[in-house]
Amino acid sequence: MTDLPDSLAAARPPRNQWWDVWDQFRSHKGALIGSVILALTLFSVLAGPWLWGVDPTFINIRMRDQPPSLAHPLGTDQLGRDMLARLFAGGQITIAVGMTAMALSILLGTLIGVLAGYFRRIDGPLMRLTDLFLALPLLPLLLLMVMLFREPLVGSFGPEGGIFALIVVAIGVTSWMQTARIVRGDVLALKEREFVLASRSIGTPARRMILRHILPNVMSPIMVSATLGVANAVITESALSFLGLGFPPDFPTWGRLLNDGLAYINLSPERVIWPAIALSALVLSINYIGDGLRDALDPRIRGR
Amino acid sequence: MLTFALRRLLMAVPTLLFISLVIFLLLELAPGDPVADMPLTIPPEVREKIRISLGLGEPMHVRYALWLYNLFVTEPSYWIDALFGTDLAQGSQRIISFQTRAPVFDTIAERMPQTLIVVGMGYVVGVLIALPIGIISAYRQYSVFDQIGTFISMVGFSVPTFVTGVMLIVVFSVWLGWFPSIYDTTLQVTDWPSFVKQMRQMVMPVFVLALYNAAQISRYMRASMLDNMTQDYVRTARAKGMSERVVILKHVLRNSMIPVVTVIALGVPGVFTGAIITENVFKVNGLGQQLLLSIQGNDAPMVLTISFIFAILIVLFNLIADLLYGLLDPRIRYD
Repeated sequence: MTDLPDSLAAARPPRNQWWDVWDQFRSHKGALIGSVILALTLFSVLAGPWLWGVDPTFINIRMRDQPPSLAHPLGTDQLGRDMLARLFAGGQITIAVGMTAMALSILLGTLIGVLAGYFRRIDGPLMRLTDLFLALPLLPLLLLMVMLFREPLVGSFGPEGGIFALIVVAIGVTSWMQTARIVRGDVLALKEREFVLASRSIGTPARRMILRHILPNVMSPIMVSATLGVANAVITESALSFLGLGFPPDFPTWGRLLNDGLAYINLSPERVIWPAIALSALVLSINYIGDGLRDALDPRIRGR
Repeated sequence: MLTFALRRLLMAVPTLLFISLVIFLLLELAPGDPVADMPLTIPPEVREKIRISLGLGEPMHVRYALWLYNLFVTEPSYWIDALFGTDLAQGSQRIISFQTRAPVFDTIAERMPQTLIVVGMGYVVGVLIALPIGIISAYRQYSVFDQIGTFISMVGFSVPTFVTGVMLIVVFSVWLGWFPSIYDTTLQVTDWPSFVKQMRQMVMPVFVLALYNAAQISRYMRASMLDNMTQDYVRTARAKGMSERVVILKHVLRNSMIPVVTVIALGVPGVFTGAIITENVFKVNGLGQQLLLSIQGNDAPMVLTISFIFAILIVLFNLIADLLYGLLDPRIRYD
């Protein structure tokens, strides 16, 4: 071991590569603002019900269709439920659906991508499967799945759990294809690298090879896909809810609130505007974060 | 090139069969019953006769084969009859909707023009907006125009069409009252005032779709222009003393259009499926709205046929995009 010259050591102190990623991420203004907005949204949605303390499902028919006031800062809906509390409750479900559906889609995409990239024998069939899924008319299919399997699932898992499971699974199994393609491409390239050859030469089994050497190296594209996947899942869920095929009014999501408010748009347009703003801000901030993350995780751009 | 196209066309056949099978099985596995909505006073034996008259008495694979046969043999023979006055079909059974008891393709033919006019116009306008924005954004990279353009395209890309649509309705229909919020489907364009009325009711849906499509395409256009702008041939063109106009609009633009054209082609089927939402926001009686109505009404033949048309569009435009790429870029060889 030779010691580094003092000047070199002083110029570049050893540091974790994630600090470089963070530095690059910080220089992307949109991503930074996006993170702040996302943090604020998450905080208000999680802490909001606790701070505001009004039951979003409490029906007070005498107080229906109220304009904004001190008691109800965003007014009340056609059944006298407090809109602010409903907005918080809706945000929780919206974000929960987005996260869970993304996790499922990333899991499927990574699994299929890694298997297709690593094992040549199943590469062809798995990629044909991916192509088939890409050729499916997704929105009609989603509508169909949700419409048709709603009743039996609600019957067996209850109205909230059943629809949650249905929507998460439906979004998950129709959105993994891009991730699988990206991951497969990266795995194919990684497989030819020397460290994989070295590790194979000492007899590493395929399972450990994938978990120890391949997966950590494809984390960057997976992280970017995951971020954009949340945005996509949130939009898809809201679209379903907006078309009246998502969550029931007792468990509103932002898309559902938008749909409910649409009937009263002439009377109180703010009932539509608030969920619309919340939804747009969430998706926009996530997309900006994804953009910044893509730049930050790309070593060719980093430190430029 | 020709062999590639033929091979892709052959590949498309099993893909489409698989997709139709998936949709068919989904509809089969569902617990819904098309006669469930009928009055309870109908005696069970009559109800059973109605089921048989709807073709539900046959086993599953027979019905699937029958649907395929009707779609690919009976329906085209009716179209040929209508065009040339022949009698190929000889009054054979067409695909009948459970809800309307009319041929599915009659309904589709009624709905198609609205979708094509409104949604197609939205796409065309979107492309026409996107291309100049992408070109200027790339040419003046990091300028104020570029920053604003990037932000707007990010917004257009992130904000779903049902949110922009509803916001437009709030501002322009509720507050300002400039445009109608509901598309008048009975309006017939006969003279100038009715034409103006038609234009007014088309403004908002077209704008919503145009913004959404322009956002995506302008990003591709900008990225593609930026890729080409630093190439050697651009420097050569400038060194030859060509004007900036010629360099950008002839040399760079033509090369940058290659990936963008394929993206535009790939986006066409998405326009039809994505328009389900926009058509529902503005109550346009297009294909997407019909699909939603049929799904809600358990109308299996209609859902199957419309979804299959969407699937054909997706497969077809994927093929077109691939072929266009090969035609436009001589560096791509498919053989």
